This record gives sequence, C-alpha cells and structure tokens, in this order.
Amino acid sequence: MKLTHILASAAMALGLATAAVAQDKTKVGFIYVGPVGDGGWTYEHDQARKAVVEHFGDKVETVYQESVPEGADAERAISQMALQGADLIFTTSFGFMDATVDVAKKFPDVKFEHATGYKTAENLSVYSARFYEGRAIQGHIAGKMTESNTVGYIASFPIPEVIRGINSAFIHARKANPDVEFKIIWAYTWFDPAKEADAAKVLIEQGADVILQHTDSTAPLAAAEKAGNVIGFGQASDMAEYKPSPRVSSIIDDWAPYYIDRVQAVMDGTWETKDTWDGIGPGMVGIGEITDAVPEDVKEEALAMKEAIASGEYHPFTGPLNKQDGTPWLAEGEVADDETLLGMDFYVEGLSSEIPD
Amino acid sequence: MLKLEKRPQPSRVFAYLTPVLAVIATMFAGGLLFAALGKNPVEAIRTIFWDPLFGDFAAYYRPQLLVKGGPLILIAIGLSLGFRAGIWNIGAEGQYIVGALCGAAVALAFYPLEAWYIFPLMVLAGALGGLVWGMIPALLKVKFGTNEILVSLMLVYVAENLLAAMALGRMKNPEGRGFPGSRNLKEYPSAFNDEVFVGTGMHWGVLTAFLAVIFAYVLLSRHMLGFSIRLSGEAPRAARFSGVNPARIVLFCLGISGLMAGLAGMFEVSGPSGQISIDFNVGYGFTAIIVAFLGRLHPVGILLAGLLMALTYIGGEIAQGNLGLPSAAIQLFQGMLLFFLLAVDMLTNYRISLVKREAT
Repeated sequence: MKLTHILASAAMALGLATAAVAQDKTKVGFIYVGPVGDGGWTYEHDQARKAVVEHFGDKVETVYQESVPEGADAERAISQMALQGADLIFTTSFGFMDATVDVAKKFPDVKFEHATGYKTAENLSVYSARFYEGRAIQGHIAGKMTESNTVGYIASFPIPEVIRGINSAFIHARKANPDVEFKIIWAYTWFDPAKEADAAKVLIEQGADVILQHTDSTAPLAAAEKAGNVIGFGQASDMAEYKPSPRVSSIIDDWAPYYIDRVQAVMDGTWETKDTWDGIGPGMVGIGEITDAVPEDVKEEALAMKEAIASGEYHPFTGPLNKQDGTPWLAEGEVADDETLLGMDFYVEGLSSEIPD
Repeated sequence: MLKLEKRPQPSRVFAYLTPVLAVIATMFAGGLLFAALGKNPVEAIRTIFWDPLFGDFAAYYRPQLLVKGGPLILIAIGLSLGFRAGIWNIGAEGQYIVGALCGAAVALAFYPLEAWYIFPLMVLAGALGGLVWGMIPALLKVKFGTNEILVSLMLVYVAENLLAAMALGRMKNPEGRGFPGSRNLKEYPSAFNDEVFVGTGMHWGVLTAFLAVIFAYVLLSRHMLGFSIRLSGEAPRAARFSGVNPARIVLFCLGISGLMAGLAGMFEVSGPSGQISIDFNVGYGFTAIIVAFLGRLHPVGILLAGLLMALTYIGGEIAQGNLGLPSAAIQLFQGMLLFFLLAVDMLTNYRISLVKREAT
C-alpha cells in the first residue's frame, strides 16, 4: 500500500512540476529566528502571517523559513526567497539586519521589512513596537501587587530595547509603590526554557513575588505557578494557559495590522520606505486580559493608563526623571525623545544594580 | 534464518559502499517521513538533492555549497586525525568561536587602517586562538589524565559566554546604537575574507579546507607521524611498543584540530558571517563530527561528506521555503544520515548469511 502511495505521489509530483505558477499572486516571505511553535516571539509573527493569508485569501501566497541562524545562513535564506519570486520579505529578528541590507542591495525590485533594526534603504523599511508602553502598565500592576516589595525581572541581553523595558516598568512600579525594589537577572538568551526557569527560581528564592520577563518562553510562569503566591505576565504572546494566576496580564505583539497594511501597499504599488515604531495606540502592542487575580481598583488604574498611553495623552517616560547616577534627565513634564529611547544605555534613578558590559 | 557472521577481515567493498547505502536509506526513510507530514516525498527529496545543483537557481546555490561546506570540511579534517588516534575532540565549536574572536580582535584593533598585512595576521591569530583552546584539554589530559571529551565539550560553553561578553562589551560596534555585535568586517576591505575567484563562493577558508584535505592525505599515507596516529588508534599497545609517545600524539591531535577549527571560525567571521555577534556560532563544530564519520575519517571521504552535508542544508532550506517543511523535519533527516551510516556500517565487519534451522 505504501508503494502505491509513493507511486501516486510521484505521479502527482510530475503533475505539479508542470503546473504553471500563478503570477498574479503577491508572494510574501517571512524569515523567523525561532521555531513557529515557540509560544512567544516567532509564534506571534507567524500568527500575523496567518492573518495576512486570511485577510487576502487567494491574492497572496506566503512562505516562511523558521529557526534561521544569523549570518551567512540568514543571507542565503533571504536570497532564496527573493530568487523564488517573493515580492515582500519580512525578516523578523534584529540579528538579520546586515544580511537583510546585503540582500536588499542585490534585489532592488523586492521590498524588504526588517524588525527591530535601524538600517533602511530604498527598498528596506524597519519596524518595531513600543513594548515599553506595555511595560509601564506591567510595572504599575507589579508595584501594586507585590507584598514583599521585591519584583524579579528576567532580562535577556543588555540592549536598549531591554533596558528601556526595565526602566519603564521600574518607573511605574515606584510610582505605585515607593518601597519597591527590582532584582534583575540577565539570562543572555531570548528563548531557553531551562535557563529562564532557573532565573525565575532564583528570583523567587530572593523574595520576589512578581516576576517580569523579557524572554519568550512560558517557563518563568510555570516556575511562578509551582512556587505559589507569585504572579507574572505573558511575554510577546498572551500565554493564556496560565490564567488567571500566575499570569495576570500580558504584553502581546500584534504584527497583523502592520503586515496587512504593508502587503496591501505592495499590491497597490504604494509601498515606500518607512521607519515604524508603533505602540498601544495603533494596536501593535496589545495588553492581554487583566485577570481577577488583580484587585478591581488596580485593574481600573491599569486600564486607565492604557487608555491614556493609547490616546497619546500620557508618555511613559515623562519627567521629572533622573538617571541612575542622579544627573537630571527629563525636567518636569518633559517627554523623552525617540532618539534617546532607541539608544537607551542607562538606568533611571532608583534601580540599584548595574547594567552589565 | 538470517544470521550475522563476523568477517575474517573488514570488507573493503562495504567500507566504500556503506556511505552510499546510508544516503539511499536516508532518502527512503526521509521520504516516508515527508509523506507522513503530508508532503510529496519525491518532490521533497528532489528539492533537497537536485535543486541546489541543477534547479532553476543553481547558479546561486552552487557557490553556497562551498560556503557552507568549507568550514565543515576544514573542521572535520582536523577532528578526523584525532578520531583516528582515539582522541575525541568534541569541542571544535568552542575552538571555532575562539579562533573567530582572535581573528576579529586583530581586525578591530587595526580598524580603520588599510594594509595588506592585516588579513594574514588575522589568519595567524585565528589559528593560534583555536590551537590554544584545543591545547587546554590536551595539556589537562597529558598532565592530569582528565577526559578530553568532557573538557573539550565544557570549553564550548565557556567559549560561548566569552563570545557573548565580547559581542556585548569589548568588541561591540561603537556606531551600533548600543546593540550587541561588532563592526561588519565585510565593510572593512583589509579584513574582508573575499572570494578568491569571483562568483564561485570560494573564499580563502574554502581554499584552506582543500589544502587541509591534501595535507591530511599526505600526512596519513606518507608520513611517520600519520602512521603513528593510525597505529595509536588501531593498536595502542603496539604503538607503545614501537616507541610512539602517546602524550605527543594527544598534543598534536588536539592541537591541530583546534587550529583548524580556529581557522574555520576566523574565515567565517571575516567572510560569510562578517561580524562577531552573540549567536555567531551555528553548530559547525558539532556537525563536523558527523561529517568526519560520514567521510570514514578519510580526507577524501570528508571532502565528499562535507559537500553532501552542505547539500542537505541548502536543499533542506529550499524545501522549507518552497514546500513548507518544518525545520525540525530537515534536522531529523540529517540525523537519519548518521543513524543509517552507523547501522549499515555493521556490514563492513559482519556479513549476513542464510542458515538453515537445525532440527532439534
């Protein structure tokens, strides 16, 4: 039976090989840094890819390649997609930056979109999300919820993106609770369940009863659940399976509106190089349901802050704010500019640890 | 009834035939796997083995075979010398990283000076870095009798942390807006490991890998040291009686394999990869172990095995992109290759004979 199956497949392959490829479809490629099943970063990019397929139906064809290593392999993967006729390619990790730039040079007719980078070109846009807006809300909830006044933070790499998140969470935790302290562990990974679980355990042993994470697996939530009386937040993805506690809320990356928008632009021939940095307002950053584990009043405050940030009424980095060494950074009412935020390499006043080199 | 019978002597025919049999068996089992995933097996196998060589865009993929295969061959040649002598360097990945770090360090130290001597110095530094990292398990083994498998493997993790520290600290691009990763050496002509022949994918590292194949071949078949290495592996007691110094063999094998892995890392960072970043290493050091065995620890075999492995990588990527095969399925496919090789390897030393069951 297997043999007939194989023979049937062989016949089908011949048929497929001769079938003409429909050229009127817009072909969109995605390069992922992790597996589509990581439950976090790559998972959300793939959800957005599916949303693109759903939105455009027959008019698009999407292809993706997962777990692409940086460097020469990424360059080949991107080139391959361009060669196979992709009209638009999303490269969804910072590490693909130089590879994307190189390939974009070789394929001037293909449009490229690189996530979280800063190098643009005629046919290369960059996009990222203002996750720090979500961090502010997390920080507020964390400050209100902690009883030990110790918040644990699992950080990935000491890059501006992560430092910005720590600062934003800390500022709002302190506002909610002047006695709160942050304990930060650098995991030096974006996705490593074992390491993340270890970091969470260490933080919990040191008295943390709220765990914030800037790594993508659900392991810290699992560790929090095991410890009991410890809460945490979903990262990159909703991580709803840990509702209502330990997961009391989440930051969700929602790339779908942006991807649909950009694919549409390619179809219409209106695609132009853009440098996009969107937050809660345009819907690129979503705040997952705040569960009943959070008291009603705290929940209301958090949602009010979300509204204020979304409408542009409130900016999470609003003065007065000092740098960690006490030097003034923002005066009363002054708002941080994007340039400083994008290159943020300092802590704000009150954080006790130091950024590792 | 079938019975396994030990051959009086290993079969020469099967020694050459088993890799081919393993590839064929992998194609079949892989085809079944792909069919189970709902993909067309014939198309998948064709995509992996045929398209990179003769498909529509072969002109792009053929040079990439050398880019991908070069470091695998270079590292595997070094490893095979040790494996022949029964010395197990599992830490080529770490030596690869340290070689890259040393090579990049030289380049970054000279930046932005343009001079002809920078690249040769980088080569030297890369080789030295790998050599030193390989000598750590060697010296520990010779002095204290530690197990080189464990020590060399553990040193991979040390090297990975060193890499992260460098990418985030000393070697971070000062113009990189605070992001980790060094300057891109591709944009620094004196340090760029460019293609030797334009459009072939053959950079200096690939050329070095080919030279290493010749070097290893001559060493093993014509040189006394090569004979001592083989003797140490095949008959350690005899080697001792004939005056082979085991410590010297350990130092040489781990040193030379470290050196070659270091060179591979240096050529990678200055060429295809271009920069020191946290995730610079992508497992060449480990895959090279498979390549070494797939190539029967023979230099020419390794050359072919390295290219075959590169083919499955590149073909696998095409299959992912075109057919939507998950990357895990491709890895499984590559794993099968080694599995079947080890399985059919038995035929080299054993033969299957048909025996009639005796009446009781």
